[in-house]
Amino acid sequence: MSTSIAAINELQPSGRKLRQQRVEKLIKFFLMIVAASGMLITTGVVVALVRPSIDFFRSISLGEFLGTTAWFPLYEPPDYGVWPLIIGTFSVMLIAVVIAVPGGLAIAFYLSQYASDSIRRKLKPILEILAGVPTVVFGFFAINFIGPNIAAKIWVFSDIGFYSSLSAGITVGLMIMPMMTTLSEDAMAAVPRALVEGAYALGATKRETCTGVIFPAALSGIIAAGVIAMSRAIGETTIVLLAAGSTANFTFDVGQPMQTMSSFIGFAGLGDQPTGSTGYQTIFAVGSLLFVITFILNMFSRKIVARFREVYE
Amino acid sequence: MVDKMVNATIPEVSSTLPKVGSVLRMNLAEGQSSSSANFANEMIMESVGLQVHYGDFLAVRDVNLTIHKSEITALIGPSGCGKSTIIRCFNRMNDLIPSAKVGGNVFYKGIDLYGPEANSGEVRRRIGMVFQKPNPFPKSIYENVAFGPKVNGKPSKKETDEIVERSLKRAALWEEVKDRLKQSAFSLSGGQQQRLCIARALAVNPDVLLMDEPCSALDPIATARIEDLMAEIKTEYPIIIVTHNMQQAARVSDRTAFFNTEIGANATRPTGVLVEYDTTRKIFSNPSDTRTEQYISGRMG
Ligand SMILES: Nc1ncnc2c1ncn2[C@@H]1O[C@H](COP(=O)(O)OP(=O)(O)O)[C@@H](O)[C@H]1O
Ligand SMILES: [Mg+2]
Repeated sequence: MSTSIAAINELQPSGRKLRQQRVEKLIKFFLMIVAASGMLITTGVVVALVRPSIDFFRSISLGEFLGTTAWFPLYEPPDYGVWPLIIGTFSVMLIAVVIAVPGGLAIAFYLSQYASDSIRRKLKPILEILAGVPTVVFGFFAINFIGPNIAAKIWVFSDIGFYSSLSAGITVGLMIMPMMTTLSEDAMAAVPRALVEGAYALGATKRETCTGVIFPAALSGIIAAGVIAMSRAIGETTIVLLAAGSTANFTFDVGQPMQTMSSFIGFAGLGDQPTGSTGYQTIFAVGSLLFVITFILNMFSRKIVARFREVYE
Repeated sequence: MVDKMVNATIPEVSSTLPKVGSVLRMNLAEGQSSSSANFANEMIMESVGLQVHYGDFLAVRDVNLTIHKSEITALIGPSGCGKSTIIRCFNRMNDLIPSAKVGGNVFYKGIDLYGPEANSGEVRRRIGMVFQKPNPFPKSIYENVAFGPKVNGKPSKKETDEIVERSLKRAALWEEVKDRLKQSAFSLSGGQQQRLCIARALAVNPDVLLMDEPCSALDPIATARIEDLMAEIKTEYPIIIVTHNMQQAARVSDRTAFFNTEIGANATRPTGVLVEYDTTRKIFSNPSDTRTEQYISGRMG
């Protein structure tokens, strides 16, 4: 700037600089509002869940909710033992995770380390399309294909019906596999090339490099991917509603119809429960339980991820 | 061919390698003999007409080098003249770059590295490499050194312990880390990390060590330690080092190869060429090529 300004005060910013600083402040303010609104929405959800849930537990004891095993909240006389939903939720989630995590990891390894460029260019868009298929389509795929042709064929331990948590679990697994693949491939791609070269330079083969260097270095990202996939599986409603039926059986037999917490909410939410009725409040009580379980699982996984971070940094 | 290469002495080298041979003869005629770069040092590797394309781009061409036991060979030259590209041909690291095409030959004890008898994994085990930036694995100090032995023959726990200790001692790092082998390699300083990478490379007992600007990310004290280390281990592990630091080449190496770039007849981008390869003393005191002389005098100031 000109010498006269400098003579007045060399430490004062120029006019242009001042305007920039003002814009900077505005941007900061705007971003703060956006961030705060995220927190506000979460708080709002919790508040909306809590009030009807409290009303629910005024009429139904926590002992009955968590201590009995029959779930017929919309029948006369009603039963409010939530365990069938918990078991249903974990059955579907475990089946889905058992399919999606190894499957997604294998595809991610193949794509990032083995596939040629041309194959990768063809496969990646297919995965992205698969990730964008509406879940209701997956639901009908479960009823028409997975149920009769896959689940019914591989489940030999009991009579498997038209609706089963196995069919739902397999389909949810397929639904979340592309996400598992993409997230873990990103984690592997983030492993510095220098590390990979370091392993090859010691005479390691491709497989030894994958298992000895890339996998451990990407592990915290892969675990995070698994956690997101798991949360997604717990929350999936439509597929489960269509493929596992709407009977809350208290059973560990995945050949049977089952209800999960999400599919119960979806199912009961569709029927008209008068506002304020116990049936209406049940939806929120189950919603709160789902919230708490997801929250605990997330905390737990964060701990695991943090542990692995500590080891490697 | 194989036998000849293994026991290469001067007359044989000059008969199979007219270009390099003539340089050597010239040296003899001048009565030059560097303290350690004497011609009794058996040749262990050589490149003949080595050239590398990246796609259609000819990055470097016509590189004829001989690498000798107990010696340090320095590759110097301006940035982009293909030093890294060439050194990566000596352990087939360029295989990992899909667009890279290697032409010509690199012989190790007379065996063509790119021929049917050579397996890339075994090549890289025999010819170790240390990179520009220290790249320890995100594992403990111990596991970093043990990684190579583990993928090359699964030694017992006791054997692995011995290899780790021996390698760390060889890399002059043992005293600093012996009480914290289980700690993460990232807890070490940059210079220590680079010595850990050297230990990691030595743990698979290579025959040659490649170093691509190993000190460029280090401070002068750490650099001096690595240079001392190189001088100490070169009798066991002949070294090829890329360096942008003239003084370093002059200090540590026995032979120096000077690379430069030139634009080919139909090319748009400059291609690297080997201008001159000789004993370090000759290159720095009395180079044959004016381009070498200009570069050296410009850079040494
Ligand atoms: N992976 C690659 N793909 C394409 N071109 C490359 C690649 N690596 C290096 N090059 C090119 O090859 C030439 C030589 O590079 P390099 O060997 O890194 O030179 P130096 O190590 O002497 O600085 C440069 O022009 C560089 O741009
Ligand atoms: Mg380089």
